Amino acid sequence: MSKNSEYLIERENKQYEVIIGLEVHAQVTSESKLFSQSSTKFGADPNTQVSLVDAAFPGMLPVINEFCIEQAIKTGIGLKAKINKKSVFDRKNYFYADLPQGYQISQYKYPIVGEGKVILDMPNGQKEIGIERLHLEQDAGKSIHDIDPNNTLVDLNRSGVALMEIVSKPDLRSPDEVNVYIKKLRSIMRYLGTCDGNMQEGSLRADVNVSVRLKGKTEFGTRCEIKNVNSIKFMQMAIISEANRQIDLLEEGREIDQETRLFDTKRNETRSMRSKEDAHDYRYFPDPDLLPLEISQELIEKIKSDIPELPDEKKKRFIDKFNLSPYEATILVSDIETSNFFEEVIKNSDVKLATNWITGELFAVLNEKNLEISQSPVSAKNLSKLINLIKDGTISGKIAKTVFEQMIDGDQDPLIIVKEKGLKQESDPKAIEELINKVIENNSDKVAEYKSGKDKLFGFFVGQAMKESKGKGNPQLINKILKEKLNG
Amino acid sequence: MSDITSQSLFELTSNIKEKKLSSEEITKAFINRAEKSKKLNVYVTDNFEKAIDQSKKFDSNPNLDFKLPGIPIAVKDLFCTNGVRTTAGSKILNNFVPTYESTVTQNLWNQGAILLGKLNCDEFAMGSSNETSFFGNVQNPIGENLVPGGSSGGSSAAVAANLTPVTIGTDTGGSIRQPASFTGTVGLKPTYGSCSRYGIVAFASSLDQAGPMTKNVRDCSMLLEVISSFDQKDSTSIEYKRNNYSKELSKDIKGKKIGIPKEYRVDNMPDEIEQLWKNGISYAKDCGAEIIDISLPHTNYALPTYYIVAPAEASSNLARYDGVKYGFRSPGQNLLEMYEKTRSEGFGDEVKRRIMIGTYVLSSGYYDAYYLKAQKVRQLIKKDFDDAFSKVDAILTPSTPSSAFKIGEKTNDPVSMYLNDIFTVPINLAGLPGISIPAGKDKNNYPLGLQVIGKPFDEQNILNISYALEDKINFKNDISDWWLSE
Repeated sequence: MSKNSEYLIERENKQYEVIIGLEVHAQVTSESKLFSQSSTKFGADPNTQVSLVDAAFPGMLPVINEFCIEQAIKTGIGLKAKINKKSVFDRKNYFYADLPQGYQISQYKYPIVGEGKVILDMPNGQKEIGIERLHLEQDAGKSIHDIDPNNTLVDLNRSGVALMEIVSKPDLRSPDEVNVYIKKLRSIMRYLGTCDGNMQEGSLRADVNVSVRLKGKTEFGTRCEIKNVNSIKFMQMAIISEANRQIDLLEEGREIDQETRLFDTKRNETRSMRSKEDAHDYRYFPDPDLLPLEISQELIEKIKSDIPELPDEKKKRFIDKFNLSPYEATILVSDIETSNFFEEVIKNSDVKLATNWITGELFAVLNEKNLEISQSPVSAKNLSKLINLIKDGTISGKIAKTVFEQMIDGDQDPLIIVKEKGLKQESDPKAIEELINKVIENNSDKVAEYKSGKDKLFGFFVGQAMKESKGKGNPQLINKILKEKLNG
Repeated sequence: MSDITSQSLFELTSNIKEKKLSSEEITKAFINRAEKSKKLNVYVTDNFEKAIDQSKKFDSNPNLDFKLPGIPIAVKDLFCTNGVRTTAGSKILNNFVPTYESTVTQNLWNQGAILLGKLNCDEFAMGSSNETSFFGNVQNPIGENLVPGGSSGGSSAAVAANLTPVTIGTDTGGSIRQPASFTGTVGLKPTYGSCSRYGIVAFASSLDQAGPMTKNVRDCSMLLEVISSFDQKDSTSIEYKRNNYSKELSKDIKGKKIGIPKEYRVDNMPDEIEQLWKNGISYAKDCGAEIIDISLPHTNYALPTYYIVAPAEASSNLARYDGVKYGFRSPGQNLLEMYEKTRSEGFGDEVKRRIMIGTYVLSSGYYDAYYLKAQKVRQLIKKDFDDAFSKVDAILTPSTPSSAFKIGEKTNDPVSMYLNDIFTVPINLAGLPGISIPAGKDKNNYPLGLQVIGKPFDEQNILNISYALEDKINFKNDISDWWLSE
């Protein structure tokens, strides 16, 4: 692979570039729906969270949930985007059993949020991805085809839930960038509390637009849209498979049809859903039940003043203030829970050690147990205690790992573990000297060898001394005294 | 005391307050008359039994501070009424019983009124003669086989035939004022945003407004006072200080400037309409009003604009009637077939015609040429009125270009039917208040109406002008009770 990390697909001396744009559907974190007061809680029994408005009863009218508007503005600010003071809700008309109104209320020509950007931290540096727009819309209900053999069942709990559709510019160039982009978007929204980003519950899904072109070309190829992909892994698989399908077509001298496709996760391939000719005519027009949405500068300012420190700013602070490497900082700020945990730990413990322990031992445990940091088996409080024990020399780093393993089981206090197991580090120079004397006595032959110039044996003595101390000897002290004894 | 059912709302209310009549007596009188008036076909669903119970309940502990104390009222079947079937005149809602109440009807009950029943109307309020109703034609009490106007045809007929003291209708392009004109009654379409649309089966959301239909202007002011309210459940409802319309009602219109728009002198307008208008002008002068000639230059475009905007909105508003959740369903082998069968069988021809027109004008490739252009013209029409109202306080026009026509006369000629709304439609497009009052009769002795159009939220002014004109005109409906059965 070439030194620059450009993602290219090769065919007989030709290199194709992959152009990707994402339309991310992010569920707005809100107690109630976009135009009704029904609950949005996930996992309720079917059709228990449905108001007359959600089920489109005659004469029912949508009333905008202002909290959702504020959430969209907040997200827009987080995306460094332009907030449009006037936006319009349109009706997107189509028939489906889980769309009770026969139209979805969305924003078409005049979205609430305009152009913005997201910065990606890629291995070879930063990359800016443009945001085209963010608009608010209602979610549809859910059609269930596999419960009753003769009927489709409909659950309207989701009907009317607020979604933000965040449309990127076609700035993404690889599955890796898509991964980082989605994670970054998710991270920003979780920092803001505007979307929980829970992909299992469908809070975050995306339509993926893919096209290919020969490297060096500037005009875009014909794109295909892959609908409703609900995990990063599937997005990446879909992109690779779709890009290769398109390239194969071009290589055969055929044309790519602009169409909507679906990703079949089992067969790892995309297949046609509908062609451009069959595309729905949604007959968008402004919803006459809703006045144009007007947002005051005061509201924007008020929301701005409530915006927390976002990942990019936090990263900069971590680097500037704590001297973290960009890599470490990126990892620690990637998720608000992680950065909160980190900041909690370093309130009263060493930053460098905290960084290493969180990104090392703790992450390993979380990974192994498949846990989020919010479910961490070791609390920030106890981790900072452990770090302090290392820092003040009470235990060695090595012993600390043993202690940590025990802490995992029920978030035990490391002070108690160290005390109960007698793991306190031996830092009394006299005691160390004694056990070193013992080592020297027992290995007189090696001592002779060492003295005759076999310097490498020093490590052997350290090991023996450590063993003699049952691992509790202060390594610095052992080193120091050993040197004095052997070289003296 | 005159016969109970011929009394005005004002009289009935006074008689209840003075304990000369009980709610039960009044309610039963209207029910008795209704039982003998089936030939008019005004009711889609009656609520007689419950109404009698409620009237007894009212009488047992009468609250005389109410504005409609124990007054039985039948309403257009476009208002959703909790526990009482609401059909919108359509087969597709034939079996639909709401679990909720429209804000406007709730306002009636909150002031002591009692629901008598649901009145026939054109299907989804689409029509000018009540002939599109799934529940059949309504007879105009003025004369046999005459249409009562539409879409609030059951409502206008019920008021004219003394089957309800007053009623409420809805007006999207003239559906209150035109039937009022055809039946010699008073009908007012308030400013868009005055009366909540919550719980009213939607036809065209940006045009629909509920309003009072009554025997006289005073009753109209009393009823408007009750139904007009700000409602957070309707995002297009407007919060403003509403008058005590009946209390502030006055015949003193001295010095009021009344505009006469030259564009309303349409081709082929019958002489008797022209004469009616002239009489109205001279009555206004007699009352001390100043008559000013004005121009509303885009009037000609109002009807075509309306017949783009209203069907466009309707095509989308009626998408919810798909057989999935409520109402009529015709089963199919798959979802598409169920949709097709349900909607083909559930909707009548006029509704389907408008859904098709609406779908067409919103389609990609046609949107700009039709819908978008219509919206622009709508702005121009609105501006015409804004300009006119910088010079005048109100505008006086005929309500309709003709009197009531025969049942069946225009059913095969939609365009001629649509032309009925030529004087009323611009007012909806501009969101203004307009009232039709009976002002004379044609050669057949059929009533004709005059329309007074006001500035936004200036209902008081048009009520006052109408009140003054009503007094001068001294209109009397000739109704022979020809339909009564024993």
